[in-house]
Amino acid sequence: MVEFLSFRDGESAQEPAVTVESFTGQTNATAVRVEPGEDARELLPYLDRLSLVEVNFPAYGDGRGYSAARILRESGYQGELRAVGDVLVDQINAMRRCGFDSFHPNKALDDAAVDRALNRYADVYQKAIDGRQPVWAKRHPEKIDG
Amino acid sequence: MYRYDSYDQSIVDARVDEFRDQVQRRLTGALTEDQFKPLRLMNGLYLQLHAYMLRVAIPYGTLSGKQMRKLGEIAAKYDKGYGHFTTRQNLQYNWIKLADAPDILAELATVEMHAIQTSGNCIRNISSDQYAGVSADEVADPRPWAELLRQWSSFHPEFTYLPRKFKIAVIASDDDRAAMRLHDIGLKLVSKDGVIGAEVYAGGGMGRTPMVAPQIRDFVPEEEIVSYLEACLRVYNRYGRRDNKYKARIKILVHEIGVEDYKRQVEEEFAHMKQLGLNPPVEELDRIRAFFANPAYETGLSEAIDRADPAFALWVDRQVAAHKQPGYAIVNISLKPLTGIPGDASAEQIELVASLAEQYSLDELRVTHAQNLVLPHVKKADLYAIWQKLENAGLAEANLDLITDIIACPGLDYCALANARSIPLAQKIAQRFADAERQAELGELKLKISGCINACGHHHAGHIGILGVDRKGVENFQLSLGGSGAEDTSLGQITGPGFSEDGVVDAIEKVTDLYLAQRESGERFLDTYRRLGMKPFKEAIYG
Ligand code: HEM
Ligand code: SF4
Repeated sequence: MVEFLSFRDGESAQEPAVTVESFTGQTNATAVRVEPGEDARELLPYLDRLSLVEVNFPAYGDGRGYSAARILRESGYQGELRAVGDVLVDQINAMRRCGFDSFHPNKALDDAAVDRALNRYADVYQKAIDGRQPVWAKRHPEKIDG
Repeated sequence: MYRYDSYDQSIVDARVDEFRDQVQRRLTGALTEDQFKPLRLMNGLYLQLHAYMLRVAIPYGTLSGKQMRKLGEIAAKYDKGYGHFTTRQNLQYNWIKLADAPDILAELATVEMHAIQTSGNCIRNISSDQYAGVSADEVADPRPWAELLRQWSSFHPEFTYLPRKFKIAVIASDDDRAAMRLHDIGLKLVSKDGVIGAEVYAGGGMGRTPMVAPQIRDFVPEEEIVSYLEACLRVYNRYGRRDNKYKARIKILVHEIGVEDYKRQVEEEFAHMKQLGLNPPVEELDRIRAFFANPAYETGLSEAIDRADPAFALWVDRQVAAHKQPGYAIVNISLKPLTGIPGDASAEQIELVASLAEQYSLDELRVTHAQNLVLPHVKKADLYAIWQKLENAGLAEANLDLITDIIACPGLDYCALANARSIPLAQKIAQRFADAERQAELGELKLKISGCINACGHHHAGHIGILGVDRKGVENFQLSLGGSGAEDTSLGQITGPGFSEDGVVDAIEKVTDLYLAQRESGERFLDTYRRLGMKPFKEAIYG
């Protein structure tokens, strides 16, 4: 069982994350936690100084955090993007696709189950953040170069 | 018809494998029912009053004979011998054992079918016009778009935990046979300067707060439809209400912030998303389109139909529609026999229709949102032979769009949420109006019944709609008039106090009598109602 999961090279950020409100109001914090109702775009002016964004999932069924993650990655955020809270094995694959690269779930996960979940689908239909080639790109390789 | 390539097949197979694993964990107790519920719901498996119900997707309502046959085999082997065709071009089995569900999905996968996203708060089966590809008035076949969107929406990583379920319909002609504007998003294909694109409507739906979707864009070119829909969905995913599941559909968001504000947010998001390379190349839509090219029609066929047999002639007049190809016709098969369950078909009937599709309809059939079936490519010369076979199987009812062509939800006989029984009421109404001449005299009259406010039976869109409510523990039925799910979309108005089961049948008789007395030439029930308004109908019922 694993309590914490990272897909990044090197150490994970250790600094405790502050709320979006206190983050945007101060200049030195480098880690922030985004709650479901908060607008990830408020962080865009500060992407350079951020090393960790935690996105909280108080309940796995609340999918706002997937959009928050993609928005940050689409805007060029390169730092650690961590899903925390009610994160279950059945969501890890979609979360990876939206750009999350570390996980701190409320309940420890079974490593074997995580492996299976991440490797089950050899193909995907959409372009997302994980760099995987969607099926349509594989079907038309001549269109996708460059 | 679309055929899977190895990518499509591997994705569907992987889903079967994943679900088998999840069911196994549930059966051994590794997963509790609470943990298992969201997983099974992503795959169309509901726990109902008596058993599990499995909902199978029939993407955009198109099936081959082989796929239909498989649905019949599953009904015989794993259900009590029936399948139920729904208002969203799905098929439901009402008597499924949990342990069998993975095997059923594996069997479906062998004929390129699945139950992916037939429930859950995700993008559901994409529905379309049952006459797609065969009606003369469409600008293009909408099904390639629907298939493109099926693929795009399957396991979408960002949109699997939306505030609520999300239903999309695609049509391409002015006659709306898919209730397009009663969907969360409706697309109508149009041609502009020789380029095909879509008009987009957002925020329609039924349920407890019915709404007709307003237009949010008059043209999205085909090569940008995926990024445009990503923008629509993202705004909804971020700002749709999650505090109250009854207010969580996109219609409430669009209504609360206003269509102009929703549009503006979508446009901003779209401007951003267009840059991200999310759209498949046009070649992908072309690849899919090739599967929907015209089948090999014969030419030089006779247009003659031998109408010597009067029962056959009656059926032809009611059930057969014009096909774009000379010598061919579209056959509607009624799943509304007067004493049956609307939308139900037995395993034997399903098998028969599969054979008819193979033998007479270029191996293709369709299912409709009105819970009927369609053989889309029938030679006029074969109509009589088909009719005879349907007649023998109890499938030759001639009531398309008439008062006995009732849409009804499963209601209290199957559904855990129901207030009232829809099916016995549908049967009572069908019997009261059974006389063929009387039905024909009443003409087009769409009657729709829901067993509770969730409106699975589309009662808001019925020319006559009936809603089952619970009044102090007693089943009670509210009547509404004037709804439409067609191109003249409108929502029905409640007549007044509700009725008992027999009382509502009497009330329907009073409003139809008034219609017959007051109609002007060429008017349907709906037209007369719209001209006269509610008042005279109310007086006829309660006066
Ligand atoms: C028996 C099991 C069923 C259950 C538990 C069920 C449950 C529900 C619920 C809770 C809603 C309301 C959702 C909302 O407004 O957010 C709904 C809507 C709907 N259901 Fe069902 N349903 C069942 C069967 C069916 C069947 C058999 C059909 C087709 C004949 C159907 C078609 C629909 C449609 C068309 C809607 C309306 C969608 C809209 O609001 O736009 N359902 N269902
Ligand atoms: S309308 Fe109500 S009673 Fe009918 S199927 Fe839907 S949830 Fe059940």
